[in-house]
Amino acid sequence: MSGTQLRPTRLGGTTRALRLGAVRIGYEVRAYFRQGDTVFFTFLFPVVMLTIFSVSFSEGSFGQAADGTEVSAAHFYLPAMLAAGLLLSGLQNLAIDIAMEKSDGTLKRLAGSPLPVVSYFIGKLGQSLTTGALQAGLLLLLGFTVFGVPLPEQPERWLTFAWVFVVGVVTSAMLGIALSAVPRSGKSATAVVIPITLVLQFISGVYLSFSMLPDWLQTVASAFPLKWMAQGMRSVFLPDTLEVLEQGESWNLAGVAIALAVWLVVGLVLARITFRWIRKDA
Amino acid sequence: MTTHENVVKVRGLRKTYGAMVAVDGVDFDIHRGETFALLGPNGAGKSTTIEILEGYRDRSAGDVRVLGVDPAHGGLDWKARLGIVLQSSGESGAVTVAEQLRHFAALYPNPRSVDEVIAAVGLENKAGTLIRKLSGGQRRRVDVAVGIIGAPELLFLDEPTTGFDPEARRSFWQLIRTLQSEGTSILLTTHYLDEAAQLGDRAGVIAGGRMIDVAPIAELGGVDARVPVVRWREQGTPHEQRTDAPAALVAELVARLGSEPDALEVIRPSLEDVYLDLVGRENAEVTA
Repeated sequence: MSGTQLRPTRLGGTTRALRLGAVRIGYEVRAYFRQGDTVFFTFLFPVVMLTIFSVSFSEGSFGQAADGTEVSAAHFYLPAMLAAGLLLSGLQNLAIDIAMEKSDGTLKRLAGSPLPVVSYFIGKLGQSLTTGALQAGLLLLLGFTVFGVPLPEQPERWLTFAWVFVVGVVTSAMLGIALSAVPRSGKSATAVVIPITLVLQFISGVYLSFSMLPDWLQTVASAFPLKWMAQGMRSVFLPDTLEVLEQGESWNLAGVAIALAVWLVVGLVLARITFRWIRKDA
Repeated sequence: MTTHENVVKVRGLRKTYGAMVAVDGVDFDIHRGETFALLGPNGAGKSTTIEILEGYRDRSAGDVRVLGVDPAHGGLDWKARLGIVLQSSGESGAVTVAEQLRHFAALYPNPRSVDEVIAAVGLENKAGTLIRKLSGGQRRRVDVAVGIIGAPELLFLDEPTTGFDPEARRSFWQLIRTLQSEGTSILLTTHYLDEAAQLGDRAGVIAGGRMIDVAPIAELGGVDARVPVVRWREQGTPHEQRTDAPAALVAELVARLGSEPDALEVIRPSLEDVYLDLVGRENAEVTA
């Protein structure tokens, strides 16, 4: 520890902000896994849903690959649950977490300490990425080992997975930070946030097959980021024979990239505008 | 540096919320190394004042300097020199006592030793316990520990011992005395006047948003407020007389009555009496 060094004159440096950001990530991840409700409703929820869908529809076929093998329920729902995980680990997690921290005094305490705001955000983002990655790993492991979902062999598909995951979590995290300003109290945070994420999951092809939704609803869903995350994930895990079911009969990865980039910028701007350590005029 | 270097300087501080005046022209200084107790009833403007000094609230008017810096523009370097123990904390507490202190120690350039601070607040046996599993008084001690981990020059203690049992309060006082001996300046708000008397060098009494007295604790309320009172009963009627020579008065009473005076009391006003008198007078003026 830095107990022996003399008091430095500037604590606003980038190196210090990054170092404390890393410290925050460790602290945030540790605290995350000690909150039972978060672990269930955010971390394990897609895992539970994947299991339920895979077991419930185990007799059904969701399409055929080029070689004639049937696409199982687990195969079909794996990308959907991975996309849901991005939304939950980023948006739902942070919107509720930060709203709680605002009302329970955590932010006030941090505001009175020499912690740079940037480090705080690095901590939150790192927490979302870390827990999101563990969650995705768990979903893949469960899908592969228990439900026998064939995983892609082409490296370019895993490359797509990697960028959809990273951009998806970061976008979703920024939107979560922005959304955390909406609930009036920590208690109402779940009531405000969960309906939003739930509706998005229903209209974006997470629980319901996207191709079965009416065109107008598909268009509405296209205005939100989750639809694009789910589409990106489907392009990685589903056989190309299912590409015709997509809007425009294409995985449209360029569209995925553009939509997520736009929402990333929107989230960043909103987070920047709305986030306050504390309401000074309160 | 002069002996009266001020760590806090407040002049004409005002805070209004619309038409409501919360703080109405408050002046006071805190000297380096002293413990200043800010006293006053609930809603008097204490918390607003302390939160302005901590940089949590903007002021409406007046000049404020905390460690030479305007708290409305205090940066990270300034925050690193402060320790803040807020009035209440309801944090989720999903980390252990030791983890919380190690974490906060990492934020400060020159922190105290985590183990020493845990020992100082008497939580050695709870170091590995999640904060949410602690009792209210133990959580309060964690708050205090977090407040002092950065070895602050100036420590804000906002009602630090609310919910403590008498024994915990005694050991808390001992901890504060150690900090005082190390030269820490302290701004303390409390509802316990014995606490203010135990720890404070000087006190300010705030009521109705105004500072009605600032003085060394022993001189608060002026000399008159501390003149002993002699009370007794004579032919069924209660009598009361303030005098600097109560023994002489009692001797004279005994001589005059020729017997033991009925219901005799000699009272030296305590800090509490002086304080209630001060606040009562202020309220009387306001309602008059």
